[in-house]
Amino acid sequence: MILVILKDIATLCSISGVLAIILVIAHRFLNDYGIVKININGKKDINVKGGNSLLSSLADNKIFIPSACGGRGTCGACKCGITKGGGPLLPTERPLLTKEELITNTRLACQVKVKSDIYINIPENIFNIRKFNSKIVEIIDYTYDIKGVTFKLDAGEKIDFKAGQYIQLITQPYAKMRQSVSRAYSISSKPEEDDRIQLIIRYVPEGICTTWVHQQLKVGDEVSFTGPYGDFFLRDTDADILFVAGGSGKAPIKSILDHLQVVGTQRRMTYFFGARSKKDLYLTEEMKAFESVFEYFRYEPVLSQPKAEDNWDGKTGYVMPFLKETIRDPQNTEAYLCGSPGMIDAVSKALIAAGIAKDKIYFDSFG
Amino acid sequence: MDINAFVLFWAAIFTSNILLTNFLGMCSYLSVSREVESSFGLGVAVMFVLTVTAGLNWLVYHYVLVPFGIVYLQYIVFIIVIAAFVQLIELIIERYVPALYYTLGIFLPLITVNCAIFGVSLFMIIRDYNFLQSIAFGAGSGIGWLLAILMLAGIRARLKEKLIPVGLRGAGISLIITGIMALAFIGFSGIVQIQ
Repeated sequence: MILVILKDIATLCSISGVLAIILVIAHRFLNDYGIVKININGKKDINVKGGNSLLSSLADNKIFIPSACGGRGTCGACKCGITKGGGPLLPTERPLLTKEELITNTRLACQVKVKSDIYINIPENIFNIRKFNSKIVEIIDYTYDIKGVTFKLDAGEKIDFKAGQYIQLITQPYAKMRQSVSRAYSISSKPEEDDRIQLIIRYVPEGICTTWVHQQLKVGDEVSFTGPYGDFFLRDTDADILFVAGGSGKAPIKSILDHLQVVGTQRRMTYFFGARSKKDLYLTEEMKAFESVFEYFRYEPVLSQPKAEDNWDGKTGYVMPFLKETIRDPQNTEAYLCGSPGMIDAVSKALIAAGIAKDKIYFDSFG
Repeated sequence: MDINAFVLFWAAIFTSNILLTNFLGMCSYLSVSREVESSFGLGVAVMFVLTVTAGLNWLVYHYVLVPFGIVYLQYIVFIIVIAAFVQLIELIIERYVPALYYTLGIFLPLITVNCAIFGVSLFMIIRDYNFLQSIAFGAGSGIGWLLAILMLAGIRARLKEKLIPVGLRGAGISLIITGIMALAFIGFSGIVQIQ
């Protein structure tokens, strides 16, 4: 009986083995496109091994284009301009590109394969993006589900970022999660502290990265990340500012306020922070302290479902009704929103209804 | 089964359409039928893979599984053959026919898990087709699948501008249309039966 089973297994393995060998040989010869050139912004040439995706070819050369989905073609974050080469637009790219992007030859770097010389355009600040190694030096429990984690870079390393930008944390395999993944988190520390960053991370049940951070990481652990990414940062104008955040969306706004404390500002600023009840509030004293730092600054936590024991005498409900009465001059007001897509959508609608131009509403969606 | 290969070919397209009578290969049929162009690309890829894998699996079954007495392993072997063939053909098309790769090649990985492909290989064994009949059945089933997805894509393109109740939009209305299409195809069933 055992011999019969062994014979069957051997036959099955032989069939699989023959097919696998054919595939390996085919891959070796058919997927060999030699060395090809990637020309970046008409200035710089890099030589890469042909046949891989543009995203991974650039990453191999330490040029990190943002990609929240890790190259699966679902997030649309890895957009770049291709002026020559790259082949025709693929059906997998079309749903993630706007009409304007289709006309301007914008492509998804994760879907385009580099098989011959290719000419691309990417923003100059992408070159600022690097991979950093760091060590955790502090973990603070802000609430029952939000932690502040500080990462100190390796000796001599410095990160150059704008307040409001984000990094992509690279997880290490743990428990049932054998794969390493990258997830985006806004930096909550100020750019002036360039040898470290702090992230504010809210626990998401079953979330790969948040579970890793909340349940596995401890002070002293070594962690890698790439960055900085993003165009959510304070515009250099003299317009009034409305900050609206919820949950861990406090992170980039804390970074902006910390930075403004260093450089100084006379701009009129109001910061609404939405939470359910008092147990979801954190860093309240620190934010309130900015009211004495800046001449025109107000911090307004708003609770949507305050509990009886909270003894809450502040604003209740959602943030939207309080926005209109706060806006002094809609033509000269900028809004910076950070939080869930639902919150951003609802607040954006309220701001547009209050007369703020759509292009003056900047947001960082945690979708 | 003693049936002319040519008759089998036509029957597989119309009277026993693999999708509209057996409802096999529904996932990609529903998800890629939003645009006629991409439906055509996927349909041609399914047709091609179905025809070739039917032949390949017939050869593997009769010249490997039967002589070695391991026909009960046909499920796993057929899946391995289909997966390997799809990967190989993707590599070849990508290398030598780039134009075809951009219309067809990107759909090939989707086909590896298309149960219509696997279903046809199993049907040809259950119904005891010879090699020629298997190829005819595979090609006919592929064309039948292409026909069905093109019809759905055409109808969905026309429905884009129509007012459809919110709860029925997307997969809901697509399944209803598929049901009506299947009813229409019953009209062909009197011509010849291959079940």
